[in-house]
Amino acid sequence: MNINATGLDFMDLNEALRQSRGNCTITNCLGQRFLAAGISDKTVTVSGIPGNAMGAYLNGAKIEVMGNAQDAVGDTMNDGTIIIHGNVGDAVGYAMRGGHIYVKGNAGYRAGIHMKAYKEKQPALVIGGKAGSFLGEYQAGGTIIVLGLVDNDRPIVGNFPSTGMHGGKMFLRSDCKDIKFPGQVHTHRADKKELAEIEHYLRHFCTYFDCDLDELMRSPFTVAMPDSNNPYRQMYVPN
Amino acid sequence: MMMKREGEIRIPSGCAIAAVISREGKGIRGDLITEAMKPMHDRSNGLGGGFAAYGIYPEYKDLFAFHIFFDHRSTRKECEALLKERFEIVKGELIPTRKIPEITDEPIIWRYFVAPLKSMLAAEQIDENEFVARTVVRINTELKGAYVFSSGKNMGCFKAVGFPEDVGRFYRLEEYEGYSWTAHGRYPTNTPGWWGGAHPFSLLDYSVVHNGEISSYDANRRFIEMFGYKCTLQTDTEVITYIIDYLLRRQKLTLEEVASVIAAPFWSTINSKPEKEKEKLTYLRTVFSNLLITGPFSIVFGWDGGLMALNDRLKLRSMITAEKDDKVFIASEEAAIRTMEPDAGNFYAPSGGEPVIVRVKEGKF
Repeated sequence: MNINATGLDFMDLNEALRQSRGNCTITNCLGQRFLAAGISDKTVTVSGIPGNAMGAYLNGAKIEVMGNAQDAVGDTMNDGTIIIHGNVGDAVGYAMRGGHIYVKGNAGYRAGIHMKAYKEKQPALVIGGKAGSFLGEYQAGGTIIVLGLVDNDRPIVGNFPSTGMHGGKMFLRSDCKDIKFPGQVHTHRADKKELAEIEHYLRHFCTYFDCDLDELMRSPFTVAMPDSNNPYRQMYVPN
Repeated sequence: MMMKREGEIRIPSGCAIAAVISREGKGIRGDLITEAMKPMHDRSNGLGGGFAAYGIYPEYKDLFAFHIFFDHRSTRKECEALLKERFEIVKGELIPTRKIPEITDEPIIWRYFVAPLKSMLAAEQIDENEFVARTVVRINTELKGAYVFSSGKNMGCFKAVGFPEDVGRFYRLEEYEGYSWTAHGRYPTNTPGWWGGAHPFSLLDYSVVHNGEISSYDANRRFIEMFGYKCTLQTDTEVITYIIDYLLRRQKLTLEEVASVIAAPFWSTINSKPEKEKEKLTYLRTVFSNLLITGPFSIVFGWDGGLMALNDRLKLRSMITAEKDDKVFIASEEAAIRTMEPDAGNFYAPSGGEPVIVRVKEGKF
């Protein structure tokens, strides 16, 4: 089913989406917010520019955006897949607790902050380009991967990555010589076992955006992890 | 009970901004920027919308254009008497508006094209910009019921209580052509929302539209009021306008330096810079420490000849820029830019504290 978003406000558009059966294509999207929020059972393809908080609380649906997306994509998403064939704004994957987000281009500030995981709920955010400052701030679980596949002289991630990180893993496809990590985070070059952990994410990335996996794997990855499972051990009371 | 006015009450904590400029100085009609505000409708709540337009009064380009709200006819008479003491008034007229149901309770809205009296300039021993700035501050603080909301040459602000797309229709902006435009949709969080409190805030040809909530307001206000400014409205954007005026016009800083003062990098970032840059940033942050603006903001600053977009150093508000041919676009959301130019390219999200400065080619307006 096709929905032409021209002239529809966000409530009308989301209602039309909820009423549709099966897969759905949205055309001429122009800033309508909360697109496909909380949806569990569809594949939605979007052309145009979706508004903020697209796929918030997403619960299993698949969203594919053919160009850029704005802020807060996949806010607190629980399950499903979001694929962005362009750049995303700030705070993509904020507090996500499950599902996967793949971004072909760059991500803005605060990507993947407060991401968390529990048992089978293992979220992943894969950014093809570069990321802004505060990447993975307060990350508590899950996997954040940044590939740096854009040609400019910016570092792969801005200032203050993984500040307050206390769980999960961050993979940056760079030697990260120019990146300053906070004290409670430990970084090392990814070994074979760790690369194997993320290979299926990279394989998906290459399928969605048509690039070469071997080429990706040829460059070194730096892994950032919290130094201890309990970084606040001495902060309040000894325990 | 009478509703309290701007400046009498402060209600603690969003907004939409957009801008377009032609680097070639070509005319852009006001309905383009009015349309751009539509997809961002939900960022405002109907309590303020406004526009700043540059290059719209070419036939009066050597005269200061005062846009003034009056709450009564008698206030206008009183204000005109004051103006006549200090200026030659070349033209005074009602600003043309359109009656629409979305905009109500409008004040009396006039514009005056004026030239400062040479004798007055000589008597006060100041240049014409300072003379005009002092006059504006004086009217806005002393003359109850009159508010000058625009005072530059060959530019003008248009603002009201309402949604920005309605404010644009109200002021018939499609009848104006300017080389650069900024726009604002307001979601007032600290003040009740009054015509004068809508954005842009403007002094001389400087104008600011702002999305955010600065937490350093009172520290900034205390400092800037030592230099003759009066913050009358308790809104943070007013203080930003005065800070920029002080740093640019009076301290003669460059725009890049202004950005390094108001969105100063963290000391850890400054320390990682090459020696010379480090020294300069340290100097600016030390000398003008009271003008550091903290808390979330994205602003577009307009002047006679260009635009500057700037985010707070933590980038707590969204902003994106793009280009097409001679035009540069700035907005809170990409959707707004796509409305103005579906085929815009080079989309770029500036980092926190990284100014994006666009100048019109010399001699093009």
